[in-house]
Amino acid sequence: MSYDSFVIQFLNGLAGASSLFMVAAGLSLIFGVTRIINFAHGSLYMLGMYIAVACAGKIGFWWAVPVAALAVAAVGALVEMLLLRRIYAAPELLQLLATFALVLVAKDYALWQWGSEDILGPRAPGLAGAVAIGKAAFPEYDLFLIGFGPLMLLALWLVLTRTRWGTLVRAATQDREMAAALGVNQKWLFTGVFALGAFLAGLGGALQIPREPATLLIDLSVVSDAFVVVVVGGLGSIGGAFVAALLIAQIKSFCIGLGFSQVTLVAEFIVMALVLVLRPWGLLGRVPAQARGPWTAERPLVPPSRPALAALGAVAATLLALPLVSGGYTLVLLTEILLFALFAVSLHFIMGPAGLHSFGHAAYFGLGAYAAGIFLLREKLPMELALALAPLVAGLGALVFGWFCVRLSGIYLAMLTLAFAQIAWSVVFQWDALTGGSNGIVGVWPAPWLASKTAYYLLTLVVCAAAIAFLWRALYSPFGYALRAARDSPLRADAIGMDTRRLQWAGFALAGLFAGIAGALYAFSKGSISPETMAVTRSVDGLVMVLLGGIQTLTGPLWGAALFTWLQDTVARNVDYWRAVIGAVILFLVLAFPQGVTGFVGERLRARDA
Amino acid sequence: MLEARGLVAGYGRAQILFDVALEIRAGEVVALLGRNGAGKSTTLKALMGLLPLRAGEVRFGAERIDRLPAYRIARLGLGYVPEDRRIFTDLTVIENLEVGRQPPRAGAPAWTPARLYELFPNLARMQTRLGGRMSGGEQQMLTIARTLMGNPAALLLDEPSEGLAPVIVEQMARTIRDLKREGLAILLSEQNVHFADAVADRAYLIEQGHIRGAGALAEVRERYQSL
Repeated sequence: MSYDSFVIQFLNGLAGASSLFMVAAGLSLIFGVTRIINFAHGSLYMLGMYIAVACAGKIGFWWAVPVAALAVAAVGALVEMLLLRRIYAAPELLQLLATFALVLVAKDYALWQWGSEDILGPRAPGLAGAVAIGKAAFPEYDLFLIGFGPLMLLALWLVLTRTRWGTLVRAATQDREMAAALGVNQKWLFTGVFALGAFLAGLGGALQIPREPATLLIDLSVVSDAFVVVVVGGLGSIGGAFVAALLIAQIKSFCIGLGFSQVTLVAEFIVMALVLVLRPWGLLGRVPAQARGPWTAERPLVPPSRPALAALGAVAATLLALPLVSGGYTLVLLTEILLFALFAVSLHFIMGPAGLHSFGHAAYFGLGAYAAGIFLLREKLPMELALALAPLVAGLGALVFGWFCVRLSGIYLAMLTLAFAQIAWSVVFQWDALTGGSNGIVGVWPAPWLASKTAYYLLTLVVCAAAIAFLWRALYSPFGYALRAARDSPLRADAIGMDTRRLQWAGFALAGLFAGIAGALYAFSKGSISPETMAVTRSVDGLVMVLLGGIQTLTGPLWGAALFTWLQDTVARNVDYWRAVIGAVILFLVLAFPQGVTGFVGERLRARDA
Repeated sequence: MLEARGLVAGYGRAQILFDVALEIRAGEVVALLGRNGAGKSTTLKALMGLLPLRAGEVRFGAERIDRLPAYRIARLGLGYVPEDRRIFTDLTVIENLEVGRQPPRAGAPAWTPARLYELFPNLARMQTRLGGRMSGGEQQMLTIARTLMGNPAALLLDEPSEGLAPVIVEQMARTIRDLKREGLAILLSEQNVHFADAVADRAYLIEQGHIRGAGALAEVRERYQSL
């Protein structure tokens, strides 16, 4: 690499860091004060891009940028006032679910408003040229971005340290309740912070349009990048976000510049892993203070009563007898519901009793699916063997990722699992030779004796029922008790001699393995595998299922999976903008049943008994 | 000035307060005596709106405050000083004071950082120090000063003497008497009878979430010590 191209790549990295910093800083600020991880932050960035592109034609690029940023800030303020304000007291996972519903709604809004084609933005007037650096040319606009990032850092720092509002924001970040007891009206503080965070995301997006087209796919990729930046930099640290954005953007730029664009994510992964092992709370982060608020105990996970077991048995028997009276589409849908039920139960295993909130569980589902396809078609293994071996690959993946994940807790863990899932997805998406890239793998069909819908349905039923029974049994084994002990009181569990980290690691790997079973079954049921199999949306589907069912219940994931899969199937077949509909349904459910549907019904039943 | 009746509150399924009633008149210092876990802090939090009431009525001046959020109660002029200080450790002394600042209020002493530095001379020497880098006694002074920045007419003080060195406890007692002279009404929760004796006009005794006695300090003290 010549000196010139080295300089060019370095400058490219600096330019890329600016937008990344703004998004991550907004995410960090919002989390600090409201304790909500705004999954929709990438969507706000996307809206910023689209609005800027749409306005640039009428009012010119330089006006379009601030207009887009302010419009997105207004959207953020509205979202905070109409939605988030109602759910600050809800469990944090439900808050996350609500913000994810916003992702769905925003995506379909953008699709409806601007269409599915990528839209190229204008050049920036006055900065459309390039400057010579050695023998190479470097866009003037990118130089402007290099300067703009640090300027925003300075502006944010001044706002946070030199204004009363900033002082109140920092105080509320540390102790909301105390701030309220001193007369600080949190409502408007929260709205303001959310609007500022949204403004930064919108600005980051709008400033990006001379460099890349506006696309519907940018939302989740930006928010995943922002998660990586925030985790590496340290949650709540604006300076950390800046340093981490520089680091990540430089890695990207150099990997692409050196012609190794495929290893970009691996390099990012290695850096993130190193940082997290050496400094678990990020480069400039600190050990998170214990969140203050009313103390809530996890409800004990009661073993199913005899009638409940009998009811479950009856459901299983009915399902077993169903092919006698039903066929075709019903069985296909039920097959899907069954394997997603297993997926949801495996996610519930790690989220509920183990208390490790994974946002990237689809990675293991996808690994199972891809491993099945690759064993069958590339390794020419018999289908039965492929189905049996594939979950082991998923378990192995969970073992590797889990080693890092269990070192963290809470929100950091959630972000890290999501980042790992995004990395796994990207590897699959880019590794054409093995995975077929964006086309995926086709022709993954079951063995002849399982080829009929009925036979495959019965196989799925037997395997899933056995797997779910095993996982539930494990929850009431010493291992299951130990997991719950490690969740409820890690210090005491440590003190009586449990290796909590190893326990959680084992739990994580086990959950990955069982998600892999579901994934392998999925691959053979569809006959093809695409990267969507393990996309972020799939992880979120799992979360929705678990949370709909109620995380503190045992059977909740089953009903959540059934309800969600059926809903998605029905809506997706009949409505064009199905994402928005699903999003609206999730929002409704979150607002109406903040404890999950099963939790809600259980609550009613208990109230009746009492 | 502050009057509570029939307070019922708790955490989750546990009920902590049972029909608590108490009253503080303008300009008086009242002690809420009780042991660990008797419900002192819970009473103060419930009065401040930091814990939802399941039943009961609280009046502050002419207003009903039992359904108001904490920030509204603070803005009406009821100050709250928590037992564990809860200094904003990432903020400097002067910034901590800024968070507490509210507009001056008729009928209550008006405070500025300069006036507070007279009351707490130690703080004057460390205005730009981070809250996290102060000693326990200094933090206790700062937490009171921070609440005073809201110009309250009445003050809820949760165990102000707890965990402080004897010489600081004495200083704290002087401070409370100074505040009384300024015209503030004060309700303080205490386990330390001697401290209560040194500052309070009268007292309530709380035991297992019930008010078990009220009156002059000497009588209540006797009952408390015989528990």
